[in-house]
Amino acid sequence: MMHGMRVALFATCLIDALYPDAGKATVHLLERLDQPVEFPLEQTCCGQMHANSGYFQPSLVRRYIDTFTDYDAIVTPSASCAGAIRHQHAMIARAAQDDALAAAAQQTAGKTYELSQFLIDVLHTDDVGAYFPHRVTYHPTCHSLRMLQLGDRPLRLLKKVRGIDLVDLPNDQECCGFGGTFSIKNPDVSAAMLADKMESVIETGAEVLCAGDRSCLMHIGGGLERIRAGVKTLHLAEILASTDGETAH
Amino acid sequence: MNTGELIWTEDPPFPENAKRAVDNSQLRRNVRNATATIRQRRAGLVAETPDWQELRKAGAAIKDDVLHHLDAYLEEFERNAANRRATVHWARDAAEASQTITDLIKKTGETEVIKVKSMVTQEIGLVDALQNAGINAHETDLAELIVQLAHDRPSHIVVPALHRNRAEIRRIFLDHMADAPRDLTDDPHALAEAARLHLRRLFLRTKVAISGANFAIAETGGLLVAESEGNGRMCLTLPETLISVVGIEKLIPTFSDLEVFLQLLPRSATGERMNPYNSVWTGVTPGDGPQAVHIVLLDNGRTRALADATGRQALRCIRCAACLNVCPVYERTGGHAYGATYPGPIGAILTPLLVGVEHAPQLPFASSLCGACYEVCPVEIDIPTVLVKLRHDAVNAHRHRAEDAAFATAASAMSGRRRWSAALKAARLMRFVRHGAPPPLHRWTRTRDLPDPPGEPFREWWRKR
Repeated sequence: MMHGMRVALFATCLIDALYPDAGKATVHLLERLDQPVEFPLEQTCCGQMHANSGYFQPSLVRRYIDTFTDYDAIVTPSASCAGAIRHQHAMIARAAQDDALAAAAQQTAGKTYELSQFLIDVLHTDDVGAYFPHRVTYHPTCHSLRMLQLGDRPLRLLKKVRGIDLVDLPNDQECCGFGGTFSIKNPDVSAAMLADKMESVIETGAEVLCAGDRSCLMHIGGGLERIRAGVKTLHLAEILASTDGETAH
Repeated sequence: MNTGELIWTEDPPFPENAKRAVDNSQLRRNVRNATATIRQRRAGLVAETPDWQELRKAGAAIKDDVLHHLDAYLEEFERNAANRRATVHWARDAAEASQTITDLIKKTGETEVIKVKSMVTQEIGLVDALQNAGINAHETDLAELIVQLAHDRPSHIVVPALHRNRAEIRRIFLDHMADAPRDLTDDPHALAEAARLHLRRLFLRTKVAISGANFAIAETGGLLVAESEGNGRMCLTLPETLISVVGIEKLIPTFSDLEVFLQLLPRSATGERMNPYNSVWTGVTPGDGPQAVHIVLLDNGRTRALADATGRQALRCIRCAACLNVCPVYERTGGHAYGATYPGPIGAILTPLLVGVEHAPQLPFASSLCGACYEVCPVEIDIPTVLVKLRHDAVNAHRHRAEDAAFATAASAMSGRRRWSAALKAARLMRFVRHGAPPPLHRWTRTRDLPDPPGEPFREWWRKR
């Protein structure tokens, strides 16, 4: 562990607006691990929703860089946003023919970590001392798996949680059908994909569906809630932050 | 631009086509079963190939070299093919290619031709063009035959009739194949036998054949067709005249490059270690096989795709369709929903690259960007990145006022701390529409609830700590 490291939290626009519990859990978890974080208030959004809808916003790339450039590391509880920062920011800058911005984007992207990456690769821990006595199944989101290549990092963290009953999700690698504005532009295909994902989740008998992206969980959780499936969705950070005294469930 | 058969619907309205497909239970089951079978076979074979990732890199590198020096390789191919007494023709577009082929057939005096399964002939709408010129073209690939008999369209690049099950195929044979036995059952062997006898009569009497090619070898001037049934080889060897239509991106530099592609293609396409039939021919061999050999080299938008620095990697494609078989969108819609010759993830990029994104502005959005396609692509085409780039082009080519305004509003709300805080407060209003939102969010709430907005956003909590 690098002591004295100045770490910023990029909460993501979605967690800031709609899922503050995942943000709070990230802060509590890191503080419990003796890694304080700061939350620079100038942050807003990584620009992924815009980019994936065809609207490239170099201004959001610049905002991200300006907000975080002075930190040693940036940790974000979203594989999808971390993926966008690492794989799209430079591309968006280059599309705007701004090579200086592209170079700066690459630098900031290099010190941006998704939460499980930060815990395992930077803090070198897979046992965060959590306690969570519930049946949980984990959905590896597409950007966790294929864009960021997180591998088994989130599962290694979950396996070390005390009391957890972690069950495999059938067809776990298949997309849930969210895809950002895909869920609005192609609602019928998105719903068909969601139906299959929900069926897999329900089949596990889990109380909790966990993932590293609140966005996919918003979609799957919105479907599970609609049919009163009795399955709750929690961000990975919320389970890892849970202790005997304070559980997210 | 006339997009011809490359796009056969008016600006493919993918979301509407997809809705119809998603509601078709028979189609859903047929496509799900077929793609799952090929997907599993492929995964097993890739797992047993220790140098798979190196093979992918080699495949991509060879194709990139071809694309970087396409002019030189094309001339080398033409020279070597001509030295072996093949006649090379050049076609700028579908109309030119179809005209050249029609003229060549007319010179033989024949009115019947047999066809090897070929995507490029679908792309140029050749069968219809020949029909209009009084020439009957018979598909000889079993699945293409099923599709042709049913006046249907292929729904997959490798398995064109995967949207049909055997009960449906029996019905098609009974209704449209005059020489099908009247007591035909839906037993696969019986169906194959009926097709075999039907095709055998065609092979023995037809003097002109048309094919595409999987690879064109610059070093030798030779062409290769890979197939499973042997019907392709019948077409390539029995007739007197053979006409092959070849996209200019099909080139590989040398014969030994096949070592890479003949490992990548069968594993990716059909989940086999080797194609049952690999037929290679180089011009005319006196006294053996077709004595008149023609090759039509086709552009039809390929040079346009080549000009796109991000998109040109799509020209590496070897038409294996592995991306279709893993695509969660394709699995639920089948191929027809894309409204174009090339469906699935590769079609969603290749079609707009070939015809111009302004003619297919919906296709780059027909993906959740899950990345499964890129992971399996044997020539490492980064389909998600190309999709996003084409979405950017589509937005710029086709302004959509309401959407432009929505994204501009969002960007403005995200442009500063105070504006963003105000927007977060407004988000609390979402609680009134959680179960039924106005357009366009009604597309979300038809099947999902919206989240219950929190009492305070994260930044409020942080500020108070």
